[in-house]
Amino acid sequence: MAVCVETAAAELRDVYSSGKTRTCEWRVSQLKAMLKIAIHHEKEIIEALNSDLGKHEHEAFLHEIAAVRSACRMALKQLHRWMKPEKVKTSMTTFPSSAEIVSEPYGVVLVISTWNYPILLSLEPVIAAISAGNAVVLKPSEVAAATSSTMSKLLGQYMDVSAVKVVEGGIQETSALLEQKWDKIFYTGNSKVGRVVLTAAAKHLTPVILELGGKCPAIVDSDINLTVAVRRIISGKWGCNSGQTCVSPDYIITTKDYASQLVDALSSELERFYGKDPVNSKDMSKIINSRHFERLSKLLDEDKVSGKIVIGGQWDKANLKIAPTVILDAPEDSLIMNEEIFGPLLPIITVNNIKDGINLITSKEKPLAAYIFTNDKKLKEEFVQRVSAGGIGVNEVTLHLAEDTLPFGGVGESGMGSYHGKFSFDAFSHKKPVLYRGFNGEISARYPPYSPRKLKFLKAVLSGDIIGIIRALLGW
Amino acid sequence: MAASVSVSVVPAAEGLRAVYTSGKTRTYEWRVSQLNAMLKIATRHEKDFVVALNSDLGKHEHEAFIHEISAVTSACRMALKELHRWMKPEKVKTSMTTFPSSGELVPEPFGVVLVISTWNYPILLSLEPVIAAISAANAVVLKPSEVAPAASEAMAKLLGQYMDASAVKVIEGGVQETTALLEQKWDKIFYTGNNKVGRIVLASAAVHLTPVILELGGKCPVIVDSDINLTVAVKRLISGKWGCNSGQTCVSPDYVITTKPFASKLVDAISSELERFYGKDPVNATDLSRIINSRHFERLTKLLDEDKLFGKIVIGGQRDKTNLKIAPTVILDAPLDSLIMTEEIFGPLLPIITVNDIRDGIDLITSKEKPLAAYIFTNDKKLKEDFVQRVSAGGIAVNEVTIHLTDPALPFGGVGESGMGTYHGKYSFEAFSHKKPVLYRGFTGEISARYPPYTTRKLKFLKAAMSGNIIGIIRALLGW
Repeated sequence: MAVCVETAAAELRDVYSSGKTRTCEWRVSQLKAMLKIAIHHEKEIIEALNSDLGKHEHEAFLHEIAAVRSACRMALKQLHRWMKPEKVKTSMTTFPSSAEIVSEPYGVVLVISTWNYPILLSLEPVIAAISAGNAVVLKPSEVAAATSSTMSKLLGQYMDVSAVKVVEGGIQETSALLEQKWDKIFYTGNSKVGRVVLTAAAKHLTPVILELGGKCPAIVDSDINLTVAVRRIISGKWGCNSGQTCVSPDYIITTKDYASQLVDALSSELERFYGKDPVNSKDMSKIINSRHFERLSKLLDEDKVSGKIVIGGQWDKANLKIAPTVILDAPEDSLIMNEEIFGPLLPIITVNNIKDGINLITSKEKPLAAYIFTNDKKLKEEFVQRVSAGGIGVNEVTLHLAEDTLPFGGVGESGMGSYHGKFSFDAFSHKKPVLYRGFNGEISARYPPYSPRKLKFLKAVLSGDIIGIIRALLGW
Repeated sequence: MAASVSVSVVPAAEGLRAVYTSGKTRTYEWRVSQLNAMLKIATRHEKDFVVALNSDLGKHEHEAFIHEISAVTSACRMALKELHRWMKPEKVKTSMTTFPSSGELVPEPFGVVLVISTWNYPILLSLEPVIAAISAANAVVLKPSEVAPAASEAMAKLLGQYMDASAVKVIEGGVQETTALLEQKWDKIFYTGNNKVGRIVLASAAVHLTPVILELGGKCPVIVDSDINLTVAVKRLISGKWGCNSGQTCVSPDYVITTKPFASKLVDAISSELERFYGKDPVNATDLSRIINSRHFERLTKLLDEDKLFGKIVIGGQRDKTNLKIAPTVILDAPLDSLIMTEEIFGPLLPIITVNDIRDGIDLITSKEKPLAAYIFTNDKKLKEDFVQRVSAGGIAVNEVTIHLTDPALPFGGVGESGMGTYHGKYSFEAFSHKKPVLYRGFTGEISARYPPYTTRKLKFLKAAMSGNIIGIIRALLGW
């Protein structure tokens, strides 16, 4: 296995060195091939997502396939513009001169993907790498086996396999890949493996983008349109792969006074969305596997928490389904309030004053996203100012990801680097500054032998002191 | 010793975190006060710095001022001038997917950051990153290089005197102190130095998922084409090599590539301009910095004394061990597997490699690790374009060396073995800021097709809406 990973990496390096991937034509051909995959094989991809995750066609299409097509189309439309060097105005220090910033690929890059949006989180970074002119290896998650196999087959069929490779497998394959030298690594997953990736990258001084997770909080203020807020929360939590989403609201903070209204609204909208028997609703993804199912039931079964379930709590072990579950006031030191939930369980923490919510959030690690539902301008401003997170949504959850003009990525424990839209191209490009001069514009004061007069002159020039310049030139 | 080092580093780091959490460093007023304080240091204590740099490096006042002190004052002034603009959130256009909405990018500090500096431009490479960190509102620890002790001490004293010591600290020391610092959790680390220690810094940062900027080095090549203004080219080359701290500079030309027919002209021109600049006894020229210490002096003489270089020194070669001086030295056609052609020289030795076709020079460069800078002197448009396209480096300059660093409009940093991340100008502010996207919505603009229960009709509608297919939208709405 290690032998074939090493050979694959070496082959990619040769192909990259030949310059093949750097042409506009090659990039366009690959982007078009990817678009064909996402269009012609929609049904196959939907089936694979259903097989791996029980993901409904609606989510499979909207959250994954549509986003991949969008990324291809945007890259195809913008590529010429993105590839163009950016002219830069130079200053007096280098006069006369001109300059530009030239985008160049890093070279041979590694994309390690994950299981919850296996198509999106594999193909979007690959599209980014290709648009920037890199050769790329994709390592899909073995936890989503059907999609891994589908991507391997389709990319093998449509893409230029000498420069775009899929390596399937588990820990062994990933470890073997991480021993190779890459010019950039893009990892999506959890912070534990994120550290392993960073440590491996350190050996080769490889720059890394880490898209991790965290406990994404949502503050719910009173005096809002509660029905709309709750629909959006439900949509961003259970309507996104049953809460197995890096930017799903992990927990809610609201005031003690408002909590029962919120719980009632959640209960009633949940029924409107998923019916009276939500455990069996086909609209909700299943839990990915029994290991995660056990993990989630353990969070619910903890003594501190089991008596505080106010909605749901039902599960179906055979089918790996857990009903939308809301817990009111789980203790601060419970498991559910200390690890990233990544499932269909939603704790609500109540505070006396809504502003205490901000203090609670800032006492924890920086999450990938943070949300607030409010009409209070001052509270909103304070939230945006004080809460550090990868990104913030006001009166909305998860949707900021869909906006191409906003960079998507984490900070602190939730990651480093960003992508989406033009940031995707930038993520896989080295922006190389180039300064152009001719042979005129000599300032002999630069050169030895150094003298007080030369130094006086240069000091005057640097401070724009015209009189000083003249005096120095005259030897005063 | 180790225990007491940790004892002082840990409380220092914790103290900074408490101060940062209080929000003190985030105000415009605090940042301006610190930038003004730094500006005072650089303007009132110019003499102190010049003396320290002379003591540590034998650096001439000319270089001390132009390369270090004036760059520090420039950075302060630019930050003071631009801070309001840099701090302002950047409005962002939002699209149909989130309509109605508005978006902006809000720059915020990372938090508590660590700057590890180096010895060759100890003032510049310590204070410029600190200025960057402060302008972006971080609390910061500066660890200057112990290899330049006078500069380290001057900075510890002056920053201690002028800056807000609760949020801006200097911790002096060596390997032990650096190790203790790297064990702490930082929100960002900025390291300038070599790639061996760069790997150590990255590995330590990995433990805490700390993002890192590494400003490293490499063998910065210069291609010298024929058919150019050779005198000007050579003056610039000399200035960027020996006129920059005797070649102990991360972006100094490390080696030159030229064609076999042109080599002797080049050597003659270098010889003659060197004499014009440094006189007939260059080993004793006070305009040239000395070698930093005996360890590096030994390292450099070892490069020169290697058997493979025998008979290839065409200019210079004289050395003064007591005063740690080596004359400007040029070596013609050192073998490619010699030490001098495989490690970063970082000193006053300049190998010239000759090739048959000048284009072979590009192949030679691309066969090596990516350097911090790459240079070419040419009037040949096609060669220039080929060079810019094919040579990957931190930065490139055409018909010039090193001064691309001085333009604040150009980001300065490495790629591959020469580093990651950039700074200078507004890139300095960005280096120490997290650009946080914020999406604002109201409670209108509900698209019920988003929500369960999922139906074929809802999906049809959304597909049509996403592809801008008006007929499709109407059909879906009508249930067709």
